[in-house]
Amino acid sequence: MLSRTADHLFWMSRYTERAENTARMLDVNYQTSLLPQSAAVAQVGWQGLLSISELVPLYTTRHGDITPASVMEFMVRDEGNPSSILSCLKAARENARAVRGSLTTEAWETQNQTWLEVNRMLRNGDFEREPGQFFEWVKFRSHLSRGVTVGTMLMDEALHFMRLGTFLERADNTARLVDVKFFAVQSDFFGEASEKDLEYDFYHWSAILRSVSGFEIYRKVYRDVIKPERVADLLILRPDMPRSLHASMNEVVSNLEMVGNDQSAETQRRAGKLRAELQYGHIDEILATGLHAYLTQFLDRVNELGGRISRDFLVPSSL
Amino acid sequence: MQKFDEMYAQQPGPGQAQFQSQGHGQSQSQSQGGQSQDQVQGVRHHYQSYAQWLARQPQTGMQARREEAEMIFRRVGITFAVYGAKDEEGVGTERLIPFDLIPRIIPAHEWDTLERGLIQRVTALNRFLHDVYHDQEILKAGIVPEGEVLNNAQFRKEMMGVYTPHRVYSHIAGVDIVRAANADGVGEYYVLEDNLRVPSGVSYMLEDRKMMMRLFPDLFSSHRVAPVMHYPDLLLETLRASAQPGAPDPTVVVLTPGMYNSAYFEHAFLAQQMGVELVEGQDLFVKDRYVYMRTTRGPKRVDVIYRRVDDDYMDPLAFRATSTLGAEGLMDAYSAGNVTICNAIGTGVADDKSIYPYVPKMIDFYLGEKPILSNVPTWVCRQPEDLKYVLANLKELVVKEVHGAGGYGMLVGPASSQQEIEDFRERIVADPNGFIAQPTLSLSSCPTYVESGIAPRHIDLRPFVLSGKDVQMVPGGLTRVALKEGSLVVNSSQGGGTKDTWILEV
Repeated sequence: MLSRTADHLFWMSRYTERAENTARMLDVNYQTSLLPQSAAVAQVGWQGLLSISELVPLYTTRHGDITPASVMEFMVRDEGNPSSILSCLKAARENARAVRGSLTTEAWETQNQTWLEVNRMLRNGDFEREPGQFFEWVKFRSHLSRGVTVGTMLMDEALHFMRLGTFLERADNTARLVDVKFFAVQSDFFGEASEKDLEYDFYHWSAILRSVSGFEIYRKVYRDVIKPERVADLLILRPDMPRSLHASMNEVVSNLEMVGNDQSAETQRRAGKLRAELQYGHIDEILATGLHAYLTQFLDRVNELGGRISRDFLVPSSL
Repeated sequence: MQKFDEMYAQQPGPGQAQFQSQGHGQSQSQSQGGQSQDQVQGVRHHYQSYAQWLARQPQTGMQARREEAEMIFRRVGITFAVYGAKDEEGVGTERLIPFDLIPRIIPAHEWDTLERGLIQRVTALNRFLHDVYHDQEILKAGIVPEGEVLNNAQFRKEMMGVYTPHRVYSHIAGVDIVRAANADGVGEYYVLEDNLRVPSGVSYMLEDRKMMMRLFPDLFSSHRVAPVMHYPDLLLETLRASAQPGAPDPTVVVLTPGMYNSAYFEHAFLAQQMGVELVEGQDLFVKDRYVYMRTTRGPKRVDVIYRRVDDDYMDPLAFRATSTLGAEGLMDAYSAGNVTICNAIGTGVADDKSIYPYVPKMIDFYLGEKPILSNVPTWVCRQPEDLKYVLANLKELVVKEVHGAGGYGMLVGPASSQQEIEDFRERIVADPNGFIAQPTLSLSSCPTYVESGIAPRHIDLRPFVLSGKDVQMVPGGLTRVALKEGSLVVNSSQGGGTKDTWILEV
């Protein structure tokens, strides 16, 4: 298939996935903000949300002080923010439009409909009225987009590049989420906790789990109280947790294999190595070397993979 | 005067109140004089069954269908881009082309004549193109003045002697047809314009039909409407048949200027329907006089390019040097016979408005036949006598720029103010070569949904003629309708809409 077509499909999926993850994080922050907590703690939550996407400087120049309403506005509808939900849905739809002929009618119409709807909802004030419902809607449009793709597209390269985009983005987003949320409670995590802290912890960790639809999964897998190292284990190492780094990398590796070409051997090797490390890794080792350091190098490697995929397949230099 | 309503042989009586509205039968157009020969009371024969059906439909039902149609068109994203426009929804420059629920119906026997006439005309035009780029016999015979061809900006000397399979240049032609009163006051089809470069609109023909079948399935079970949905098949067959002999299993691509082009939807649609790649200039490159596209598995050779990009932008080495829409060296690969470009480079010399008056003579010259379809009488301002007549009669004429398109830069005399006419007069006097004039035809009209209900609006027809190994058509075309009352301009860029076109066995 055309390299440019593959490029658009890859990015269409990445932006759709990014919009979903942004909605997930905003939702969990919004839900936690409804709990009784100190202003300082709430502030940390919103700040963390911005740092996940490395957006603090951009936010500050556009909005100044961090307030819940402005952060939500910035992350949902600010077209000056390339990671806002609106910007992501727009980019996804523009990429889809550029290759609409390579999508099934249903896949294209889903993207287009999402874009038309989000504009209507934001115009009508639906988001301000019911933020929770709006985030839910974004998540479900993403589910629909993935489902219609898998359910209707020919299982050829086009589909593999779309899946590659989805899971590379998901690996990145989940890693960022874990990094920021653990960083926020670092002191508690390694020190002695008071009773009140423990109670707060429950909400903190369960919120993280809920943001990746992992609360019920946690209970099912560990059948125990929520402990930070298990949350980390679930989100990083479990191959059966659909939003974990391991599960995401499994998909990246298998889709890469399907599209492999003459020059992609090194890219496949690196993806496979990263996956193997997750496969044979242990959470104690990771925590011992430091979670933040571990995730930082993971993000760097995912980022580098994205660059290599681009060079090998999507935007090949002159032939 | 005699108005040619597609549905009515004359103005409706009280019995057809549903179709009446203010302004019916009023038009600024000139009387053609004479009496209709085929005048019958009320609805024309081939519309009768539809009119009865429509009369049975409740108002609210039709309104709901209109809304449904608009919603579907938006969701499907059947839009076109308007240059420099921005709409209030922030959806950039994408607009829907208004779709009218009432079909335009053409009886099968009229279509037979149209089809034969169109095939004859396009065949002659392709012969003409081959001739002017080879032996130029028609010029030597003095049928078409040499200067009109050789000094024409659309004449591409790069095409001299280039071989095109089956000697076809315009593989896809979209010929604009109008129906109007002839000198005897009888309704007749006229060719208004031959579009031989990159005619668009066929996707609307197909989407309009799909929409009608979706909204009114019962209509199609009770009417024998000739099918058009196989157009992409015929197109693919035409394109494959146009490959060079050295490419037995040719790779076909559609070349688009990109998603911001006004006809992008159509480019993507046709590529998808044919199952071929939709490429942009950046996806193509030329190596050793062959054309390749960049794919995820390396370069792949391209044999046939159905291009939707103008000549000027096709190859920066041969034409406009700044263009990034084509590929460097494409013209070289083309003249080496290693790729087919559809339509060929340089077809504009045959559909130029200054060449149009000579088409009937071409048909005689190349085919030895009498033209089946007539031209609209045309005054060529380059000729002093014609110019004199045009300047004296501006108020009655339609004046067009020779190289204009899309309904831009034209004067519709009867609909223009004195000031507009005087302004235009200055432009003509300043550059007589740049203009032609035609009588203001009393274009036929068709009942159309407007804000006040149903009212007659002027229409035209663009059927598509495919030339490869054979010359083929699907029975139908794109009917465009001027939604503004009294307007004769049907272009989508000027507020025109579309209708489904039925070729009907009665």
